[in-house]
Amino acid sequence: MTGNDGLIDRLALELVPVRPGAVAGRLALGALVGAVVSLTAVTALLGLRPDFLRAVLGPMFWIKLGYTAALAGVGLWAADRLARPTGRAARRLRLVAVPIAAMAILAAARLMDAPNVERRVLVMGASARACPWLILASAVPVYIGLCWAIRGLAPTRLRAAGFAAGLCAGGTGAFVYALHCPEAAAPFIALWYTLGVLLAGAAGALAGPVTLRWTDPPQRMKPPSAHG
Amino acid sequence: MIASLGGDASAYRLVLTDLQRRLRPYFLRRLAPGSAEADDLVQETLIAIHRRRDTYDISQPVTAWVHGIARYKLIDHFRRLKRQPTSPLDDAPELAAPDQSAAAEARRDVERALSHLPQKTQDLIRAVKLEEASHADAARRAGISEGAARVALHRGLKALSERIRGVR
Repeated sequence: MTGNDGLIDRLALELVPVRPGAVAGRLALGALVGAVVSLTAVTALLGLRPDFLRAVLGPMFWIKLGYTAALAGVGLWAADRLARPTGRAARRLRLVAVPIAAMAILAAARLMDAPNVERRVLVMGASARACPWLILASAVPVYIGLCWAIRGLAPTRLRAAGFAAGLCAGGTGAFVYALHCPEAAAPFIALWYTLGVLLAGAAGALAGPVTLRWTDPPQRMKPPSAHG
Repeated sequence: MIASLGGDASAYRLVLTDLQRRLRPYFLRRLAPGSAEADDLVQETLIAIHRRRDTYDISQPVTAWVHGIARYKLIDHFRRLKRQPTSPLDDAPELAAPDQSAAAEARRDVERALSHLPQKTQDLIRAVKLEEASHADAARRAGISEGAARVALHRGLKALSERIRGVR
């Protein structure tokens, strides 16, 4: 019964006040480091879009960034819950429907405006085949960063947490990829970007039980370095 | 617990000691009889609570948070035993049963806090919040008007929540 008194004494000794917002800060750090890696890889391997300087003047460039940032934000917000024991975030995750619906409406309006012959191009662009996969690839470093962050916290619903991390990583990856991708049609974004991000979410959920497992090996002797 | 998060070491020691006392039976009840692992699990859980204390959300009950960690450790332990390191946590219905103990522990917490309130307020809260009787019903049982019952109930709940927070 009292076998752990020494442990308790030691833990109490190394008590450091918890910073408010520690969970969100850790998640943001993981995502940010991943995003920097992803950005470096995308600019080095794929390059910025050739018309970058002209594109920043048009609205579609910013709509793409806003859309992908919104998807990433929802994922991060849900992960802030799911990285805690018993955390549930169904309501937060459901919010992902808002940016997706907004983008779908924009896409539908654009399609209805267009003459019949142009519609196929608006949806397929020139890179539909590659787009979701490249977004998925861009998401990988961010997912790894988030997994590092979440494993240091205490998720208990690993699938759901994996989905949230995947969604955030997908949104961030798509954000980075948008700096390379010259596609500017709303229907293209609504279909292929969304697909890429959701693919990342699904992959994250699938991998979650493995990538997000955490342990605390008993260590009586060694003074552990308390994280956070 | 909240004082502990702020860095109050003696409050923290009390919390950990109390948790240890509750965690041991929690694990003993759920492990195979004669299993020697309960102490290891208690220790692992205490370390997890300590290292991951920044995941405690002040707006949530401490009991739920601790139970979440303890349950994760227990499932992790079972999984190691089964040597099925990849079987998903969410798909293990046979492990879902321990969840009821959370309710039991929480109920005990609430009952303990309730016992400090005046008898009449206790009855009101039990009737309305635990048995889900209507305000009118509860008022009739207590022999007071519905308005008075609402006021008493509101004050009682406030005192209750203050007590639960204060106890931590």
